[in-house]
Amino acid sequence: MERNRSLPLAHLWVAFLCFLPAVGLGFWQMLMRSPLPAPIDDPNTYYASVTAHGSIMAYVFPTFFAMGFGYAIAVTALGRPLIGEKWAWAGFFISLIGTIVALVPVAVGRSSVLYTFYPPLLGSPWYYVGVGLVFIGSYFWIALMLVNFRAWKQENPGKPVPLAMFAITACALLWGWTALGAIIEVLFQILPVTFGWRHTIDAGLARTLFSLTLHAIVYFWLIPAYIAYYTLMPQAAGGRLYSDTMGRVAFVLFLVFSIPVGMHHLFMDPEHGSGFKFVQSVLTFMVALPTLLTVFTITASLEIAGRVRGGKGLFGWIRALPWDEPMVLAVGLSLLLLGPGGFGGLINMSFAMNAMIHNTSWVTAHFHLIFGGAVVIVYFAIAYELWPRLTGRPLVSKRLAYLQLWIWFWGILITTIPWHIAGLMGEPRRYAIFDYSDPVVAKMAPLVILSVIGGLVILSSVLLFFYILIRTSFAPAAESMPPLRYALSVNPPAAVPPLLNGFAFWNAILLALVLIAYGYPIGQFFFLHNQDAPAYPLTREITK
Amino acid sequence: MANQFNNENASGLVSEQVIHKTERRWLFVMAGMLGVMLAVIVLTGVAQMLHPSSDIETINPATLHLQGEFVESNLGSAVEPDGSITVRIIAEQYLFVPQCAVVPADTPVRFRLTSADVTHGFFVQSTNTNAMVVPGYITNVMTNFARPGNYEMPCDEFCGFGHHAMAARVVVMPKDQFKTLPPDQRINCGAQ
Repeated sequence: MERNRSLPLAHLWVAFLCFLPAVGLGFWQMLMRSPLPAPIDDPNTYYASVTAHGSIMAYVFPTFFAMGFGYAIAVTALGRPLIGEKWAWAGFFISLIGTIVALVPVAVGRSSVLYTFYPPLLGSPWYYVGVGLVFIGSYFWIALMLVNFRAWKQENPGKPVPLAMFAITACALLWGWTALGAIIEVLFQILPVTFGWRHTIDAGLARTLFSLTLHAIVYFWLIPAYIAYYTLMPQAAGGRLYSDTMGRVAFVLFLVFSIPVGMHHLFMDPEHGSGFKFVQSVLTFMVALPTLLTVFTITASLEIAGRVRGGKGLFGWIRALPWDEPMVLAVGLSLLLLGPGGFGGLINMSFAMNAMIHNTSWVTAHFHLIFGGAVVIVYFAIAYELWPRLTGRPLVSKRLAYLQLWIWFWGILITTIPWHIAGLMGEPRRYAIFDYSDPVVAKMAPLVILSVIGGLVILSSVLLFFYILIRTSFAPAAESMPPLRYALSVNPPAAVPPLLNGFAFWNAILLALVLIAYGYPIGQFFFLHNQDAPAYPLTREITK
Repeated sequence: MANQFNNENASGLVSEQVIHKTERRWLFVMAGMLGVMLAVIVLTGVAQMLHPSSDIETINPATLHLQGEFVESNLGSAVEPDGSITVRIIAEQYLFVPQCAVVPADTPVRFRLTSADVTHGFFVQSTNTNAMVVPGYITNVMTNFARPGNYEMPCDEFCGFGHHAMAARVVVMPKDQFKTLPPDQRINCGAQ
């Protein structure tokens, strides 16, 4: 890690430095839409803020995090210097420039289209160009993960690729495939219209292309957290991974099943028939499999660690676990929140129940619970593992890290549970202002205020996280840091089947599934008539 | 952080055969869980005929006010020969036309909506009548309101800076109080 540590460190700093203001914006948005007074009481600013918050949290933060974590894994898990470091820096700067290019028009209120784009509403072209650059920069990373994966395999014929590298490569491939939906939408539909070369846009096709990206992107966010579940947590807990093979199966299943399911975001749309909506609803159930597998394997791994540490009886192993280890605590809390988050997801993906909660606050609450509660909490723990290795300075305080993770956990719960309930009561999402004098809306007011309090708890947890990172970065350097070690499995495999040691076959399966699930739904647009809609540039016509 | 604990103790703690056996059992549990949930979705979907707008009808958003079923005189509630109701509504920045729709309770109601500009959402609060209104397409939603009352109908997809101000109402009248007009006339809230 010595040689290549500035590369992952730069990525992780950009990720978290974007994350911090995005959390601040999120908190202000909660205030703005609540009955409480907000400092800048302006709906136009609200929609600009939601666009910035969403774009950073969906595109910038997790992408930089995955890239940084990926480079760290390539060096530490493969035990060799990174091939193509120059290209990695090129990708880093392209994504960084993209971030700035995207966020400037958002900040001046010229691109408040929210991170989902949804044409024919149109923002400044630079917003789309910027987001596109963030994506393009990440393709350098995808290519480098594949190159390093392949190089190691050639040097170590017949040996199983370390699970962490196998998984991050699956993550990179998944992102490479799924980002194409949004890229095609931006390149062929949005940009020609924003630059004035075309005047109409097929909103149905745009939504369909975007759905290719919009669902699988959540697994792109999730996989780095799962990598920590499988490879870092058992080590931190002093145990072993229950099964290396099941880990590989889970990551392969994510790669294969997470893309041909995006249409469950379009259940309520008029541009698709029931048949394909149903097909993708069923496929969405399949993508629950790798998570259920993971819950099983990780709980078993925790139990092994607990028993190795002397835990006895049916539940005694739980108390024997080292909960003061940030990685163990984060994975434990993440697993807990994955429960309600996952069940919320099952409701969303259910063809019929979706109608009840579609576009209500339930959906916003759901993805905040999953992303914040199950994913970002593990990103924190990964940062606590990586920072000492990347900076050569020991973590300033495990006790503070422990506190920070617990505060985050409660913040997420206090924010998202009332938010879910308000959604069930019919609160629509993406509203700058609610009329709390309306009796129906007034009933939601206490819930919204509770969410605001949760937002404050979340914000304080993030500030504590930064305090720990900065203090650690400026602490005196240790003489030597123990290297990052990945968990062995209980029975380390001497060899694994070729299918679980590479991706060629799975790429083919993935393409076949995408063709089956999306071939007709996308192809139909070229045979429909009349549906092209004139583009509507965003205007600031609403004044207070 | 490196753990001081000696995890060598875990080596081979559980034999490969036991792991395989347990995993196989979990596989059945997973399949069972997903199977049951899937069955519930399919059975309720079929039995209650739950299906979202899925007819793929297109309409030119630039000319919908000039011709076809969405001309102004045809908006609002129409009584079909079979007694069911069809409500036609246009969504545009930042209102629905008409701003108030009236329908009888306990009667099949078909909402037909389209957008004159950007993407909007059609959502009758406290019900599961919920659909996207995408320009260029006609949203066709079947429902049946069991309880009379005033229902808010906010736009639930972001449509621009005035999104939060975009809302209409659905008035569900007791069936016997709903004044039926001949099929060629349109019913709106004011006339009831």
